[in-house]
Amino acid sequence: MSYVIEGKTGSWEIVVGLEVHAQIVSKSKLFSGASTTFGAEPNSQVSLVDAAFPGMLPVINKECVAQAVRTGLGLNARIYLESRFDRKNYFYADLPQGYQISQFAHPIVGEGTIDIELSNGEIRKIGITRLHMEQDAGKLIHDQDPTKSMVDLNRSGVALMEIVSEPDIREPEEAGAYLRKLRQILRYLGTCDGNMEEGSMRADVNVSVRKAGEPFRTRCEIKNVNSIRFVMQAIEVEAARQVEIWESGGEVDQETRLFDPARGETRTMRSKEDAHDYRYFPDPDLLPLVIEQAWVDELKAALPELPDAKRARFQSEYGIPFYDAGVLVAEQSVADFYETVAKGRDGKLAVSWVTGDLFAALNRTGKTIETSPVSADALGKMLDLIADGTINGKIAKEVFEDMVETGEGPEAIVEKKGLRQVTDTGVIDAAIESVMTKHADKVAEYRSGKDKLFGFFVGQVMKETKGKANPALVNGALKSKLDA
Amino acid sequence: MSLDLATTRRIAKLARIGLEDAELETVRQKLDGILGWVDQLSEVDVEGVPPMVGTETEALRQRDDVVTDGNCRDAILSCAPEKSGPFYTVPKVVE
Repeated sequence: MSYVIEGKTGSWEIVVGLEVHAQIVSKSKLFSGASTTFGAEPNSQVSLVDAAFPGMLPVINKECVAQAVRTGLGLNARIYLESRFDRKNYFYADLPQGYQISQFAHPIVGEGTIDIELSNGEIRKIGITRLHMEQDAGKLIHDQDPTKSMVDLNRSGVALMEIVSEPDIREPEEAGAYLRKLRQILRYLGTCDGNMEEGSMRADVNVSVRKAGEPFRTRCEIKNVNSIRFVMQAIEVEAARQVEIWESGGEVDQETRLFDPARGETRTMRSKEDAHDYRYFPDPDLLPLVIEQAWVDELKAALPELPDAKRARFQSEYGIPFYDAGVLVAEQSVADFYETVAKGRDGKLAVSWVTGDLFAALNRTGKTIETSPVSADALGKMLDLIADGTINGKIAKEVFEDMVETGEGPEAIVEKKGLRQVTDTGVIDAAIESVMTKHADKVAEYRSGKDKLFGFFVGQVMKETKGKANPALVNGALKSKLDA
Repeated sequence: MSLDLATTRRIAKLARIGLEDAELETVRQKLDGILGWVDQLSEVDVEGVPPMVGTETEALRQRDDVVTDGNCRDAILSCAPEKSGPFYTVPKVVE
């Protein structure tokens, strides 16, 4: 454990648990048939259920249940065949019902684990306590009127998964790694798009500090942090604040706080006295949710390959290093692109082109893997041209740049520009003769023992053939001629 | 069981009901009566009986994931005590 806060009274370690709210990918809401599309006109995607009109009854969306189960399976977690919905009671202007339908006592998913990788390559297991389904609230807009807040209920009733971790996190970096890994798994599963800017993934951060070997001390919850960087910053400043309180003889209050990134501080959000008295009780409108093991098995069989499994397979199937495989599987679209390029070809060559020249070209042109000017098939064909000796590695760079610029296929470019590799030994021999005549002095030096000049001759011959000569043939022929 | 004044005040606060001190004792008595009446249920021995969750025996009905509702902003807003353009409005709430 490397992260400690050095206080006046000694070293403190931090204890962090995360509650992540992930919006479930579905067409309609958890308990109503209104659309979930992001960015629609205010209040246009609101049904009478979402606006909590009297007498309206919730009916659960089967796909949302399936998404929660898939996520549970992806987190190696226990799936409960019977779960229930409770009412979490509180009053707020973004919550028309006056309660949120959530799963308190009987969640659909229980204990699981996530393996996270730290920057030093170390793998750590972080426990998952539970995952449950609940309704999202509406949105309040405060900047339109000096005395009023505007209420948009489009998000009201959208399905969320709350994914709660064990207090296993001991460093801000681990919190970042956990969130990135969780987001990666959700995106692979297609159960949440993981878009933190649009609010489809948000984190509540529980932070406490303690001296080594102590039991847990009082924690504070920092609500609704909406980026991975802010989560890590919030943990640092909140932990420092708590150390200062304990060391000055004070007592940390259990409370909900907000992180203000502009000021780099957390501040209290709701006072302790009426926080968290939610008076949960079973929702009388909803019977227990009962699912069949056979259905869970069916969902499990249809799960996509997840990042850890894919990484291991890339390593063994394509013979590439663990690190490179990790870069490729970070995004499913990159992994798919790579696999199309590498299938039936040299996996190592493929990874160096994808993570090297292709990534550089995407960066330069401001494109993504989805909008890449060079398709995976085209890049694959170019590797074929290298493999069958049509072009050499150096010419390939030129061909690739042309592909980026024009979007044409590699064969067409090779033909158009006459880049076919010279394997005709007659042409190569002639080039060597010419170079040796032009540089007779260097030939003499070489023959008197200056071996280092060999590279110079190779360079000159390649230049003479406009870079198109087969390097292996040049090496062989040059050696025998110079040493003759 | 008997409800005290502090708890009565707390329940009112959680329910966002404003009570004058003069009303408190009356409300306390009424609530206490209701709770006492409901509390008779505790006389039944339910040791080992699983909680009853409803009168129906079947499990929760599930619907398919299709958009069938929404697009009724005018109807919904027509019931709002206060609105502005496409929004409901409420007294400013900023934390």
